[in-house]
Amino acid sequence: MATELQTETHLASPALKPREGDLFNIDAALTEEERAIRDSVRAFVDEKVLPIIGDCYVQGLFPKELIAEMGELGFLGANLPEEYGCAGLSSVAYGLINQELERGDSGIRSFASVQGSLVMYPVFAFGSEEQKKHYLPKMAKGEVIGCFGLTEPDYGSNPAGMITRAREQADGSWIINGGKMWITNGSTAHVAIVWAKTLDGDETGASIRGFIVPTATKGFSSKDQKGKLSLRASDTSELVFDNVHVPADAILPKSGGLKSPLMCLTQARYGISWGAVGAAIACYEEALSYGKNRVMFGRPIAGFQIQQQRLADMLTEIVKAQLVSLHLGRMKDAGTFTPQQVSLAKRNNVNIATNIAREARRMLGAVGILAEYHSMRHMANLESVYTYEGTHDVHSLILGQAETGLSAFNG
Amino acid sequence: MKIAVCIKRVPDMDVRFKIAPDAKGVDESGLKFDISDFDGYAVEAALQMKEKLGVGEVVTIALGPDSVQEILRKAMSMGVDRSVQLKADAVPADSYAIATALAAELQGGGYDLIMFGRMSIDTAHGATGAMVAELLGLPCVTACSRLEIADGKGTARRELEGAYETLTFPLPAVVTIDEGIARPRYPSLKGIMAAKKKPLDTKPAQLGATAFTLDTMALPPERAAGRIIGEGVAAVPELVRLLKEEAKVL
Ligand SMILES: Cc1cc2nc3c(=O)[nH]c(=O)nc-3n(C[C@H](O)[C@H](O)[C@H](O)COP(=O)(O)OP(=O)(O)OC[C@H]3O[C@@H](n4cnc5c(N)ncnc54)[C@H](O)[C@@H]3O)c2cc1C
Repeated sequence: MATELQTETHLASPALKPREGDLFNIDAALTEEERAIRDSVRAFVDEKVLPIIGDCYVQGLFPKELIAEMGELGFLGANLPEEYGCAGLSSVAYGLINQELERGDSGIRSFASVQGSLVMYPVFAFGSEEQKKHYLPKMAKGEVIGCFGLTEPDYGSNPAGMITRAREQADGSWIINGGKMWITNGSTAHVAIVWAKTLDGDETGASIRGFIVPTATKGFSSKDQKGKLSLRASDTSELVFDNVHVPADAILPKSGGLKSPLMCLTQARYGISWGAVGAAIACYEEALSYGKNRVMFGRPIAGFQIQQQRLADMLTEIVKAQLVSLHLGRMKDAGTFTPQQVSLAKRNNVNIATNIAREARRMLGAVGILAEYHSMRHMANLESVYTYEGTHDVHSLILGQAETGLSAFNG
Repeated sequence: MKIAVCIKRVPDMDVRFKIAPDAKGVDESGLKFDISDFDGYAVEAALQMKEKLGVGEVVTIALGPDSVQEILRKAMSMGVDRSVQLKADAVPADSYAIATALAAELQGGGYDLIMFGRMSIDTAHGATGAMVAELLGLPCVTACSRLEIADGKGTARRELEGAYETLTFPLPAVVTIDEGIARPRYPSLKGIMAAKKKPLDTKPAQLGATAFTLDTMALPPERAAGRIIGEGVAAVPELVRLLKEEAKVL
């Protein structure tokens, strides 16, 4: 029994010798498949993302040409079941994909998070069997791209107040009016998962339902958000719905209330907790390698105590963050994780990553402000990550409520 | 079409490595391992050939301790059908000992094509493939940069200094693969999961006799720091004198 559990669960390779750079031997806590998956995504990012991402960022372009290959390799919705054309991976493997993609760029990871956790997941969790069969395999391949419309111009941290409204018609079809703001993949998407209220006078969001809306539907328009100084290699758009008429089967039948989009966010935030670690690793490795090579006052700057303290702080926070996400992932697979735990992981890991990116940028001196290096791009990107999927503050409130039993959301 | 690809587990040569305390090999601690580069090209070329023909089997074989199972599984996650580990406590230094064990496994396996990398990127003898061919009595074409199989015959291209040559050979045959033939694919996530279920047989390696022994492995001595003679035109006469009298290169 015990040995069966060992092979079946995740006491991966306790005898594995630590790799250089893996001080805490976190590899030994991963299964061989999880390491293989991480390495495959890492190789993809090294060869396909890193050489182009600086230019994409400066030009403000999402590298769409990578979508097909990411789909083919199975990076999209990888934790969903194989019967829908997905890879059927563990939550930890899914997390590692996010980590490696964000080691490349938060925009690439955001694309995959939205597609997997915010579009494919709601279709999987709230969709009909026909919807799942129709959409999921194409979405896994990257042939159908989706976006997730929850946030509105006047309702960010408080989506319960949303004003987008879907009205049911006599024939069961729906007409949607309203608009969404800050929508990742908004102008790239073929379909939008739109969250709308279905009753008048609903203040709590209890009548919120999800709809699969093809972006080619009459009355649907999207506009690229201009002037971003963060997440520039990502499509962020505004959506407008002007009498958008969708058939009865556009509704996600099992969605109901604000709880449904929040369940999606819990999935995505879990992945983000890993992604932020990837960005932090990229910055740490850049700072470490630069520090060992840059000579000033006759010696490598990494030989100075101040820089060593910087590096020690970075490594310590990365290791802690990795262990938080890893443990969270194992709990997710065991079916025991809670949204509050996810809040802690997202809040901590994104926060440490923003700090590490800034410290790495500083350690690089002047070259650290160039797009050719990665730290400042990550630093700027992480400000979006800090804000989306529940701002850092909102997660403080969620944790505060879990700790004290008192809600501080309304003051 | 049945293809065998013999692959070797080697350290990632991009990291700085140390020599083991016994001075007979690399200190493995802290290193990352992977399929040797040229062997990876061979795996990719084999998979592309199978895909093009639409039928056949690709088998990877690796000799060594259980740690080689990781590269065999990686090959299977790229699409290789099954694998064989020829178990040995260590990989012998003499290619002949390795070639003997590989030939014993390959003999009677019914392979139309047996592929190797041009050389392993760690020890770089480049001898194993040719020795296996000799032991099996098969034709051997080394360092192929292109390969095509049609009508029971193979055509290979080899890069020469400033030129290339094309050769035709009968099957079965042994080929060793140079770079430029194909970039190895990334294992897809589904491929990685599927690899778990593919057969990986382990057999004792029937190592051949070793003709030579490896005495020592060492790193080159560190270069001494340079010396600054002076600056600008004024330093030239002194520099020329030292190059003539001390370095004796002029
Ligand atoms: C690049 C990017 C991509 C995005 N992608 C998507 C997407 O794909 N889909 C989607 O639906 N949304 C998306 N968003 C929107 C994102 O989720 C929201 O921006 C976020 O929820 C915050 O909302 P807001 O910007 O309106 O800020 P606000 O809610 O106005 O918050 C402003 C400030 O007030 C603080 N605050 C708010 N409420 C409280 C409180 N009760 N107590 C204390 N402080 C409070 C916040 O922490 C913040 O500091 C994206 C945002 C960005 C920047």
